[in-house]
Amino acid sequence: MIGLNHYLAVGAILFTIGVLGIFLNRRNVILMLMAIELILLAVNINLVAFSAYLGDLTGQVMAMFVLTVAAAEAAIGLAILVIFFRRRGSIAVDDVNRMHG
Amino acid sequence: MHPVLLIVFLPLLAAIVAGLFGRWIGKTAAKVLTTGSLFVGAFFSWPIFFEYINGSAGPVVVPVMTWIQSGTLTVDWALRVDALTAVMLVVVTTVSSLVHLYSWGYMEEDPSQPRFFAYLSLFSFAMLMLVTADSLVQMFFGWEGVGLASYLLIGFWYHKPSANAAALKAFVVNRVGDFGFSLGIFGTFLVFGTVSIPAILHAAPGMAGSTIGFAGMRVDTMTVLCLLLFVGAMGKSAQIGLHTWLPDAMEGPTPVSALIHAATMVTAGVFMVCRLSPMFETSATAMHVVTWIGAATCIFAATIGCAQNDIKRVIAYSTCSQLGYMFFAAGVGAYGAAMFHLFTHAFFKALLFLGAGSVIHAMHHEQDMRYYGALRKEIPITFWVMVAGTLAITGVGVEGIGFAGFWSKDAILESSWASGTQAGTIAFWLGSLAALLTSFYSWRLIFLTFFGPPRWAASEHIQHAIHGDHDAPDQEHGDSAHDPHHVPTGSGGYHPHESPLTMLVPICLLALGAVLAGQLFHDIFTGVERGPEFWRGSVAFSRELAEAAETSALWVKLTPTIVMLIGLWIAWHNYIRAPGAADRFVATFPKVYQFVANKWYFDELYDFLFVRPSLWLGRLFWKGGDVGIIDRFGPHGAAYAVGVGNRITYRFQNGYLYSYALVMLLGLIGAASWALWWAK
Repeated sequence: MIGLNHYLAVGAILFTIGVLGIFLNRRNVILMLMAIELILLAVNINLVAFSAYLGDLTGQVMAMFVLTVAAAEAAIGLAILVIFFRRRGSIAVDDVNRMHG
Repeated sequence: MHPVLLIVFLPLLAAIVAGLFGRWIGKTAAKVLTTGSLFVGAFFSWPIFFEYINGSAGPVVVPVMTWIQSGTLTVDWALRVDALTAVMLVVVTTVSSLVHLYSWGYMEEDPSQPRFFAYLSLFSFAMLMLVTADSLVQMFFGWEGVGLASYLLIGFWYHKPSANAAALKAFVVNRVGDFGFSLGIFGTFLVFGTVSIPAILHAAPGMAGSTIGFAGMRVDTMTVLCLLLFVGAMGKSAQIGLHTWLPDAMEGPTPVSALIHAATMVTAGVFMVCRLSPMFETSATAMHVVTWIGAATCIFAATIGCAQNDIKRVIAYSTCSQLGYMFFAAGVGAYGAAMFHLFTHAFFKALLFLGAGSVIHAMHHEQDMRYYGALRKEIPITFWVMVAGTLAITGVGVEGIGFAGFWSKDAILESSWASGTQAGTIAFWLGSLAALLTSFYSWRLIFLTFFGPPRWAASEHIQHAIHGDHDAPDQEHGDSAHDPHHVPTGSGGYHPHESPLTMLVPICLLALGAVLAGQLFHDIFTGVERGPEFWRGSVAFSRELAEAAETSALWVKLTPTIVMLIGLWIAWHNYIRAPGAADRFVATFPKVYQFVANKWYFDELYDFLFVRPSLWLGRLFWKGGDVGIIDRFGPHGAAYAVGVGNRITYRFQNGYLYSYALVMLLGLIGAASWALWWAK
């Protein structure tokens, strides 16, 4: 029987993969955006799992909001990325250090 | 309104206006104002002096305002005028006004004349404050005021390092004396409960014989007070031990040397001892010390004066020596004679200095006498007034008629012999020997400067003059880089020029004083009958001593004249009859000459004893204390810690997104953990 714990475990694994994707990825900003999507997906799984477990639809409504925001964020992120590539000629993460103090 | 208010405060007013507004009112206005204020002062001073001479005036105290009111200490600004002050007023205003006038000519080419005249007037004000002081604190005010003015004027040509060094030296050496003086004032207040001079002098005899704890010992109260005050007098009057600043002070312009370092400021110590004479009378020990110091300075400075080549330095050591005469006169109790010598000395020494200034002016700022010679025909007026001054200082005269120094120096020597004390007798012999040396070095100055063949060609200054580059008037320097041996002769085609009228008139007036001052006033200052009538208690005039001095043996009276003639003969032999005799003497006794020419190695001794240890101590505190401890753990340590902290936090600011994200995540985890486990 697949219970709440399994859903939460999947969510935690996805979240961890997403976080590691941000930290360990040195090559590509697109991978970083995808990792963020993974984190948001983990959050959505948690929301839906708790929603089903508690019998409360609010969680699933919130998941729909998160999906929308994630889509918008991906669009803007990719747009920034295109501009960035045009200006710098690279999307390697190691080259993105203009915030250096 | 008492005229003394005008005499004292007009110079202050003139100094303020000339000093602060000299740029706007122009140099002529500044000069007229300052010189005028002093001439007004002299105009009012002489009548006051004559009132005391004919006995129609008594001591007056003119209150100005309250100064300090603190517990039992009350100090008022008040001007005290009595016979002693009247003498000083005449000396200060007369010499100062003439020096002001002289400076019109001497400082003609100087760009900052308003400043110079403002300093001169400021000095005159401080000196007048000193001599009219009614309390010790006011006297100290004037005392420090003249010290400040002296510092400013020695360092007047502030772009010359030597002038700055001399000014600093004068200030620092005087601090030693002033430390003694201020301790003396504190002690006097402690003992008498007042700083008012009349009250102290009134109470002083009652304190004779009492003791006081000082530096862990029981000592005689009056002795310790008098000696402390005398240390102040020694500093200001350049007595042996604290004299080193006076010759260096010759770095200042020559009029300054004449006014401050010959006629007035340096006599402040003598004036102070005379003013407090009832106090000094209560301590035989203090009187002996004063006599000893005076006699020692007298002979010591005279020996050095014989071996100097800079014309101003010869006169400076002569001043030092003459001050010694005044002190040992005061030490044996002949205050009238001390003040009389102060009075006559002011005229003839100011005359000699201003005459020397005139020679320096004529010789294009050459000060070394070895490059003079044969100036008798070139600058005849200067020559004759210098001769008058020399006749006065060497004490030329016969019974009943003589130049100024004849009367005052004889009075001093006779008094010291007549005092009958051991110190007095020794002072008499040392003073007589010093009189011989005085005669020698004074005539040596005249002979080297005005007689013999011209030796101008070798002088760098004259070379400059011939080749047309006019150096500024601040090019005075003494025994500088000239080759001391073998001076070639010749005029080098140079023609000395006599000084302008503004310089000659003051010198001639002073010459009048140098010739007549002794003749006219000797009876008033030192006479058995007239003396007490004139002084009327303003100094502790001893009628018995004056009488004993007057009736001293014939050989005592003749001694100064005889030694004067011997000194004259030696100078004449060495520099006129057989030129080169002096060099042979130097060659025979090189050690003696070196010792004297190097001023008894006082500067070297002080350098070893005080200057170098101070520098060492200063370096220790600087390198060890300040840099090593305070800076290291204070500002530098803090800056270093900030740097280290920066290098650590800098690593977080690497600009990589994933680092920031990691830190955010770690922070989030930390905060969440804290919220879950600890913040229940």
